[in-house]
Amino acid sequence: MLLIKNGHVIDPHSGLDKKTDILIKNKKISDIKENISSVGKKSIDASDKIVAPGFIDMHVHLRDPGQEHKETIETGSKAAAKGGFTSIACMPNTVPVNDNSGTTEYIIAEAIKRASVNVFPIAAVSMGQKGELLTEMADLIKSGAIAFSDDGYPVSNSQLMRRCLEYARELNTLIIEHCEDLDLSSGGVMNEGYPSYLLGLQGIPDYSETVMVARNIILAEKTNSRLHLAHMSTKGSVELIKAAKNKGLKITSEVTPHHLFLDDSLLSDYDTNLKVNPPIRTKLDNKSLIEAVKQGIIDVFATDHAPHSPDEKEVEFNEAPFGINGLETAVSLILDKLVNKKIISLNRLVEMYSCNPAKILGLENKGKIEIGSDADLTIIDTEKEITVDVNTFQSKSRNNPFHSWKLKGSPVVTIVGGKVAYSSLKQNPSAE
Amino acid sequence: MKEKIKARVMDSRKIKRAFNRMATEITERNRDLNNLVIIGIRTRGVHIAKRIAKLIKEYDNVEVPMGILDITLYRDDFSELEDKHIVKKTEINFSIENKDVLLVDDVLFTGRTIRAAMDSLIDLGRPKTIQLLVFIDRGHKELPIKADYTGKSLPTSRREQVKVKLKEIDKKDEVLITEPGGIG
Amino acid sequence: MSFNKKHLLGIQYLTKSEILTILDTAESLKEISKREVKKVPALRGKTIINLFFEPSTRTRSSFELAAKRLSADISSFSKASSSAVKGETLKDTVLNLEAMQTDALIIRHSASGTPHFLSTFCRSHVINAGDGTHEHPTQALLDAFTIREEKGKLKGLKVVIVGDILHSRVARSNMFLLNKMGVKVVLVGPPGLVPPQMARLGAQVDYNMDRAVQDADVIMMLRIQLERQQKNFFPSVREYRNLFSLTPKRFETARKNAIIMHPGPINRDIEISTQLADSLKSVILKQVENGIAIRMAVLYLLLGGKERDVTD
Repeated sequence: MLLIKNGHVIDPHSGLDKKTDILIKNKKISDIKENISSVGKKSIDASDKIVAPGFIDMHVHLRDPGQEHKETIETGSKAAAKGGFTSIACMPNTVPVNDNSGTTEYIIAEAIKRASVNVFPIAAVSMGQKGELLTEMADLIKSGAIAFSDDGYPVSNSQLMRRCLEYARELNTLIIEHCEDLDLSSGGVMNEGYPSYLLGLQGIPDYSETVMVARNIILAEKTNSRLHLAHMSTKGSVELIKAAKNKGLKITSEVTPHHLFLDDSLLSDYDTNLKVNPPIRTKLDNKSLIEAVKQGIIDVFATDHAPHSPDEKEVEFNEAPFGINGLETAVSLILDKLVNKKIISLNRLVEMYSCNPAKILGLENKGKIEIGSDADLTIIDTEKEITVDVNTFQSKSRNNPFHSWKLKGSPVVTIVGGKVAYSSLKQNPSAE
Repeated sequence: MKEKIKARVMDSRKIKRAFNRMATEITERNRDLNNLVIIGIRTRGVHIAKRIAKLIKEYDNVEVPMGILDITLYRDDFSELEDKHIVKKTEINFSIENKDVLLVDDVLFTGRTIRAAMDSLIDLGRPKTIQLLVFIDRGHKELPIKADYTGKSLPTSRREQVKVKLKEIDKKDEVLITEPGGIG
Repeated sequence: MSFNKKHLLGIQYLTKSEILTILDTAESLKEISKREVKKVPALRGKTIINLFFEPSTRTRSSFELAAKRLSADISSFSKASSSAVKGETLKDTVLNLEAMQTDALIIRHSASGTPHFLSTFCRSHVINAGDGTHEHPTQALLDAFTIREEKGKLKGLKVVIVGDILHSRVARSNMFLLNKMGVKVVLVGPPGLVPPQMARLGAQVDYNMDRAVQDADVIMMLRIQLERQQKNFFPSVREYRNLFSLTPKRFETARKNAIIMHPGPINRDIEISTQLADSLKSVILKQVENGIAIRMAVLYLLLGGKERDVTD
C-alpha cells in the first residue's frame, strides 16, 4: 500500500482538480478522498505538489537490442523515470529491426527484468523497415506490440502506406508515421533556410515534411483509418492537421520540446547536439507549433529521445548522427516555457503528457486517476528551480542541447505500478 | 600614458648645425660618394636620411640613392612597438650589392633595432660596408653596436624617453627628454 | 589597423578593419617574394601543419611557401578521406598532431564547419583553407587584393559572380568580403544553384546572364561541377553553356577594362570561351602571386610577434 497525501490532484479525464489524497493497493488506485489516515501505511507527502496520472512518452528510441553503447532498456527507463515518465513506447529501428515476435518478446522480457517504467514496444510496419513488405501485424500484436511505425524512415511507397492503413484499421491498431519525402530531404543536415546558406550546410526544406503530411492525411481519409503523425516540426504541417481535424478525420499528432523552443539560427557554431531529424526549424515554426498546442491541434508531447554515445557526436557536423536526447528535460521544459509563462494550463500539460497518449495508444487503465486505474502517477513541483546538467543524466547519452539552461518546474516523484521508480524528495516513506 | 617634458636639449638651430656637421663628416670619410647609398629606418630615420641626402647634394652635387627599411619582421623586442602588428613596406629600389650603405635612425638605445636592420640588409644583398648614423645616442646599449656619426650624445635614465621631433611630421624641430608621470 | 583573432575561420567573422589590415600587410610583404633571398625571420621557430583532407596542390603549396618565407617550419599531411567512417576520428588525428607542439593548423576539409569544430578543442591557431561549401577565406582575400591592385579601389565596383553559387565556398567568402567593403555583388546562375534567399547574404540575384554582366567591373566565373546535372540543377551542359558561359559578345557589354577571374581549374568552353580564357590567364597568374602574400599576411598576423620574450 502507498498513500499520496496532500497533493493537488489534476486529472483532465475525470475533471479532478483539487487537493486530495490517493491510496494505492495492489498496483491499482484503490481510493481517492481527502484526509485518508496514514496510520500503518507507507506515505509520501505531496504538499504543494501537483499529482497527475503517470506521464507517457510515446516516442522513444531505446537502442536495445543491438546498439547498447548508446542506451539500453534499463538505462533508458531510468532516464524516463527521472524525467517523470511512467510508461514509454519504444521505436523498432533497433538491430535487428523489431519486425518479428522474437524481438518484441525480448524487449518485453528485458523490460520486466530491468526496466523502472512500463515499456511498450512499437513494431515495424515493413520488414527490416525497408518499405517493401508488411510485417505480420496480428502476430506482433499478440506478442505485445502496441503500435506500428517505420520511424527513422517514412513509408515512402504510397501504395504500401495505403495497404498498411487498411490492414491496421481492421486490427484496430495504430500506425505512427514519420513524415519525410526522402528525395526532397536527400543529403540535408539542417533546416533549409538563410542559416543553412550562411553555414554552407545542405538544407532539408520544410516542405519535405509537409508534402508527406498531406499525402498521409489523404490516405487516412480515403481508407477511413486513424493515423498518428510523429514529431511535427512545421507551420505547414500544423495548417494541414487543423484542416483535417475540422473535417473530422482521425488524425492525431505529437511535437517535441526541441521543435517548440529551438530555432535554426542556433546552429551557427555547428553544434552537433542540435543536429536532429526532422531538423530544428525557424522561429515562425516554433510560434506556429506553440499556438497549435494551445488550440488543441496537436495532441501529444513526445520526446523522440534519440540517444547517441558522446564519441559519435564529437565529429564533423556532416558525419554526426541525427538525434537529440530528451527524456530528462522534457517535462521541465514544458513547465518552464509554457505553463509557468501562462501559455497553457497545467491541465493541458497533463492532457498532452498523459491522457491523450493513453487514449491514442489504447492504454485503457492509464492516463487517468480513478478507482481501479493503474497506479502510475507523476508528481510535479511547479516551483522547483533546476539547472540542466547533462553530466547527471541517467541516460548513457549526453546529446542534449539544453545543458546549463535554468528551468522552473520539475517532476519530483515517479510512481509506476504503485512502486516509487524515482524520487528526488528528501523523504523516506514511513514503514508499511 | 601621460608624459611630462623634462628638458628640451636641442632647438632648431642646434639641430641644423648637427646635420651640417654630420653631412660634412660623411663626405670626408667616403671618398667615393658614387658608391654610397642611404637607407632610413622607419619612421623618423627616413626623414633624417632625406635631409642628409639633400645636404650631400648641396655640398657635393651627388645624388645619393635613398631607400626605406621596415624592420618589423626582424625585431626581437616587440614591446617597444606601440602597435605590434603593423608591417609597412620596405622600399629599396636599387641593389645594395657591394655598396657602402649608410643606415640612418633617430635614436640609438639598446641597439636591437640596428641589429634587426643589419640582418634585414644582409638578406637583401651583400653590402661592401655598413655605416651607422644616429641623431641621438642615449646610452644603455645591450649589443656591441656603435654609431659612426652621431648628432648628439645624451646620457639618460632608462625611465626617460627621448623624442626627436622633426618639422616634416611634428611641425617643428626639437629634441625632448620626457618621462612618464603627471597624474594620468 | 587591427587584428585580434586567434583563428581564421571565415570572412563572415572578420570586421572591415581586420580585412583591411590583412590586405595592407600583404601589400608590405609582397616584395619579400621578389628578393633574391625570399625569407624573413618573422615566424622563426613556429611549427605549422598543413592538414588537407581534400586534394589540392595550389592552395597547399601556396601556404607552404608562405610559411617558409616567414621562416616557419611547416609539414603537410593529407588524408584521402574523412576519418570518421574509416577508423581514427578527426578529433583523434588532430590531437595526435597537436602533441607535436604545433602552433598553427591549416585545415581543408569537405565538411562545412570543420575549422569551427577544431577550434573547440585545439590549442593551436586554426586557419580555414576551405571547409565544405562554407568558406575559403584566403581565396576571397587574395581575390579582393587582386581586384584592388587592378582597379585601385574596391568600393563602388560592380562584381558579378557566375555559376554554382549554392555549393561554392569561394562565392560565399567573396560575397561576405565584398559586401563589407561596399561592393555591389550580383549572383547569376541556374535557379536551383542560386536560391533567392542567398540575396540576404549581401548580393543581388539574377538569372539572366546578358543583363547581369552589363557594366560589370569584375566577372568572377565559378567552376561548374558536371555531376550537378545528374541532380537536375540544369538539364545539360549545352544548355548551361548557352545561358551562362562568358562569351566575347557578353563580355563586350561589361565595363571597359573589366577583369575576368576564376578560382580554377577552368572548364574551357563551358564556363568561359577559349579566347577569353587566355586574357584571363594574366589575372590568374597575379592571383597566384598575391595568394602567397595574402597567406604570409594571415600567418604573420595570427602567429607573429606576440609570444616572444619581452626584453625591456
